[in-house]
Amino acid sequence: MFNRRSVLKSFAVGSLSALALFASTGGHAANKTLKIGVLGVMSGSAASWGLVNRYCAETTAGLINAGGGIDIGGDKYDIEIIAIDDRNDPKVAVSGAERLAYEEGIRYIIGPNIDTTAAAIVPVVEKAGAMNFPYAFSKDLYTPPRSNSVLGMIASYQAGPVIYKHLMENEGVKRVAFVSRNESDSLNQREEGVAAAERLGLEVVSASDTYEAGTTDFFPVISRIVGGEPDLIVLSGVAPSDAPLIIKSARELGYQGLISTETAQDAKILAEVAGDAADGFISVGGASTESIRTAEMEAFIEAYKAHVGEWNDEAGTKVYALDIILATLQKAGAAAIDDVGQFKAAMADLQVPNPYVNDGRSLQYVGSSYFQQPRQISVPMVVNVYRDGGFETLFVGSVE
Amino acid sequence: MEQVIVNGIYSGVQYALIALGLTLIFALMNVLNFAHGQMYVLGAFVTYYIYGVLGMPFFVGLLATAATLCLVGVAFEKLLFRPVLRRSSREESSMLLAAGTALLLESLILIVFGEKHRGVPSVASGVLRIGDAYVPYGRLLVIVLSTLLIVAFILYMQYTRPGRALRALAQDREAAQLQGVDVDFYSMIGFAMGAVLAGLSGAMLVSISGVNSGLGTWISIKAFIMVMIGGAGVVSGAIIGGLILGMLESFGYQFLPGGETYLVIFIGLIIFLSLRPQGLMGKPWG
Repeated sequence: MFNRRSVLKSFAVGSLSALALFASTGGHAANKTLKIGVLGVMSGSAASWGLVNRYCAETTAGLINAGGGIDIGGDKYDIEIIAIDDRNDPKVAVSGAERLAYEEGIRYIIGPNIDTTAAAIVPVVEKAGAMNFPYAFSKDLYTPPRSNSVLGMIASYQAGPVIYKHLMENEGVKRVAFVSRNESDSLNQREEGVAAAERLGLEVVSASDTYEAGTTDFFPVISRIVGGEPDLIVLSGVAPSDAPLIIKSARELGYQGLISTETAQDAKILAEVAGDAADGFISVGGASTESIRTAEMEAFIEAYKAHVGEWNDEAGTKVYALDIILATLQKAGAAAIDDVGQFKAAMADLQVPNPYVNDGRSLQYVGSSYFQQPRQISVPMVVNVYRDGGFETLFVGSVE
Repeated sequence: MEQVIVNGIYSGVQYALIALGLTLIFALMNVLNFAHGQMYVLGAFVTYYIYGVLGMPFFVGLLATAATLCLVGVAFEKLLFRPVLRRSSREESSMLLAAGTALLLESLILIVFGEKHRGVPSVASGVLRIGDAYVPYGRLLVIVLSTLLIVAFILYMQYTRPGRALRALAQDREAAQLQGVDVDFYSMIGFAMGAVLAGLSGAMLVSISGVNSGLGTWISIKAFIMVMIGGAGVVSGAIIGGLILGMLESFGYQFLPGGETYLVIFIGLIIFLSLRPQGLMGKPWG
């Protein structure tokens, strides 16, 4: 009835214990310890966003520790992940960041997940001399005078225009409708998407439809949109829990057109909730489709499954943060563990092979054309289409 | 317009079923069960595993959900609420306890069932056309089952001995006790029934909407709105409140697509409660 993860968690009560067990299998007494923070939403309706960040970091740390640790400046380090749930609340995010920075002495934090929590911790991160890797899209976080935050994934305003253009040229899309959750992140993503669609010459037939968090019945929301007869419905910033419900409702209402989103989704959730109705759904994915992943990604997926119990396709976009933090520390040297100034200096020309995608791209810091400085991880822009229970890669692009 | 009305009826019937359990517990024990939404979520997850994972018939999932939530309701009443209500006459004690149980259930559900949204195959496939409206057969089944459950609940409360005892308890606890009603036993029965109603709502809707561990808070908020509209502790009020909220949502999303729907609903609720604090069907004296 329960998968391994469920049973493990039921008895261990909390994955910090699981982490300790997991990490200790490869831990070495002689090694030093490098603590990395994960701060994000790990409970409530958006729990998967922060938990996937945490599971990715824990999985990577477990693999590194099992391999004897990581060499930074001639010393071997085991990685310890300290994870805090910010409950999607800016106040809790601030106290979490303070705890990570001051009590734990952590200088590198993965997260938070949304604009409000990411913006709330900026003063804490800057004052404490720390850096963070949010999964929030607000450009203010990454643009001068800010310099301590690095975007951890592809933003909707980067992927959206590429997807719309592809669909215009290959599917003849002319009319587009947008639907978003009534929250600041989703609304911002919708505004960016609408602007991009208009720049491309698309007719925007609906740009104001929203739904409240916690909505379970999308018929009332989607009926109006389907009535506008768009060729494409864009789901702006929708959570993986909402996307399949919206898709299913649209298909049941007789909608035959295309549906896309600029956020990462999970194939299993789509299969369970929307079933065949999700066939043809386009989303931004990570390094998890078979056609593009490396043997190292295969190993990561197996380790993730062993740690968590099942794979989540969202993890394909979130696997990079800890890797690039450690690669930068290796380049900058041990002093950068406590001095983010040296870390920033090493960011400028860092270039290491992307271990997870097999197209020869490198892992580096990009984003200068959006943020006037390289404050984004070069996560590949993998655009997937859902078919027959899984994702297939349509094409792979890049930010720069 | 047909689609808007059909959407409203579908939402209204499911909301009414959700609100029934909440209002029943409030009527019997004067407890605002903040964990009602989490009980809905637990019921949905039980059906997910029985029907979706184990592949057993959907109705077995409903039965297992009813049995599980019955046990949870009995345990909550007997082990948590009864001792607290006995020791403390302050209403905030039971409110804090209810809020605590909500957090407890939500955390346990997250730990046991994980963070992913879950869903099951549709119980009935295909779509019925009524004029210009689309009504998937799965939704039609939920409307029929919910209506049957609501009717069965009303008949049970109206015409059976335990139902009369529960109504007596809701009207006046002391008078019911003086008349020989075992108040402890019937409080437990009432709490369990409320939990079962919440669980069955979740169980039926998991085939339509799926479920995730964080859904409970929003279900509880909507249930409270319905109960406030209809009148706290009044069965007919919960049904009317559910139907009104369903229609308000449906018409709101059609004519106010920019996120104003719930703003308007909350403003309307504030004005309505300032004029009629007991709700549509509640009595001014309680």
